[in-house]
Amino acid sequence: MKQVDASEITALVSRLYLEANFVLPADVVTCLKGAFKREESPLGRNVLEALLKNAEIAACERVPLCQDTGLAVVFAEIGQELHITGGSLEEAVDMGVARAQAEGYLRASVVRDPIFERVNTGDNTPAMLHIDSVSGEELKLTVLPKGAGSENMSRLAMLKPSDGVDGMTRFIIETVLAAGANPCPPIFLGIGVGGTMDRAALLSKKALLRPAGSANSDPNLASLESRILDHVNALGIGPGGFGGTVTCLGVAIEESPCHIASFPVAVNIQCNSARRASGNL
Amino acid sequence: MEETPDKHLIPPLNEADVRELKTGDRVLITGTIYTARDAAHRRMAELIGQGKDLPVELAGQIIYYVGPTPSSPGRPTGSAGPTTSSRMDRYTPAILSRGPRALIGKGDRSDEVAAALRERGAIYLAAVGGAGALLAQSIKAAEPVAWAELGAEAVYRLEVEDFPAIVVIDLHGGNLYCEGRGSYRRQV
Repeated sequence: MKQVDASEITALVSRLYLEANFVLPADVVTCLKGAFKREESPLGRNVLEALLKNAEIAACERVPLCQDTGLAVVFAEIGQELHITGGSLEEAVDMGVARAQAEGYLRASVVRDPIFERVNTGDNTPAMLHIDSVSGEELKLTVLPKGAGSENMSRLAMLKPSDGVDGMTRFIIETVLAAGANPCPPIFLGIGVGGTMDRAALLSKKALLRPAGSANSDPNLASLESRILDHVNALGIGPGGFGGTVTCLGVAIEESPCHIASFPVAVNIQCNSARRASGNL
Repeated sequence: MEETPDKHLIPPLNEADVRELKTGDRVLITGTIYTARDAAHRRMAELIGQGKDLPVELAGQIIYYVGPTPSSPGRPTGSAGPTTSSRMDRYTPAILSRGPRALIGKGDRSDEVAAALRERGAIYLAAVGGAGALLAQSIKAAEPVAWAELGAEAVYRLEVEDFPAIVVIDLHGGNLYCEGRGSYRRQV
């Protein structure tokens, strides 16, 4: 059985969290460049130009892409043949997030209790850790620093099976319309469909991990994604919300079997600063 | 929408300065602006409710809704883009009673805020959300002036040079978010 020390996990999470905050993924940059070419609104093009310049400055000068350096969403795929020594996975991940926050001058954006005192934890922990058990002896870690501007505009609906694909599409469009300029468009949409309420929400976030602008491997879902993208871009919200032809850069759907009486649909909105980074141990 | 040349704003501003601006105008701000977000708004609104003075004189000033990342050595500030303005909506009519002429954030405002802006002769500007590293380059100095214990949520005095923003709600009934959407909406 392969052994991995918790300190290696901490070091990797810290490195990934910093990289995600300073370097916009290449696929996202490509999407923004494509949007700049096809955006019809002059103000919209100004916004896209600013975002591309922002990505260059952040990478060159190691300044965070966005002041909201995110709540640390971390996905861990842990091989069954891998044994963690010297501490727990949860602690190791949190220590990595805290280290990145201190070393990278990231913002501490987490409060301990949401309802009453809302006191800042001071080190941007805890991470929202999702663990999947997989075969093999590898540990794959993916970090997704998630800003509140886009997360706050995300929604979930327990639709009726009779609502069908039209009802689902309508709910997604209504969500984007209600979000307007708040989630920092152009946005990405992660859509989780099926499962239970919690499963749909998690799938919607996992959908944001798919390479930006890539199509679903299922042709029916790929076609639906493309139709939803057209509908969303027809809203005219545009870059920065100032009006324009590019509101959304990609729609990714993840689905799951569900109860005969259920049709959960979760829409997780991701901002233009679609930060993520992955690594293996 | 036609592209217009950038307009320069140097606070303190009077009503005439903001009245000439229209939805969609690009402005460049040079001089002193003040930061405030959720916690500072709550505290300022409480003081206003008690009829007390605020730690900063807001008349004619510009408020920027931002909670920057900590500054690394040698920099006045870290990443410093706008936060979502609607969280400030419930405090904004009270804040406007103290006379600021412009508010900078991102995202739509409530009808109450739009009405209070009109009534008080103030405008709402948006900075580009997601461009915090770029916007930080226009910030030349930052100094906490109230509630430093709030960290990123404290009130800072920023010295800015050609800080770029776009007029969203003007004093002529315009709202760029509505108009922009209207111009580019199409049927599918």
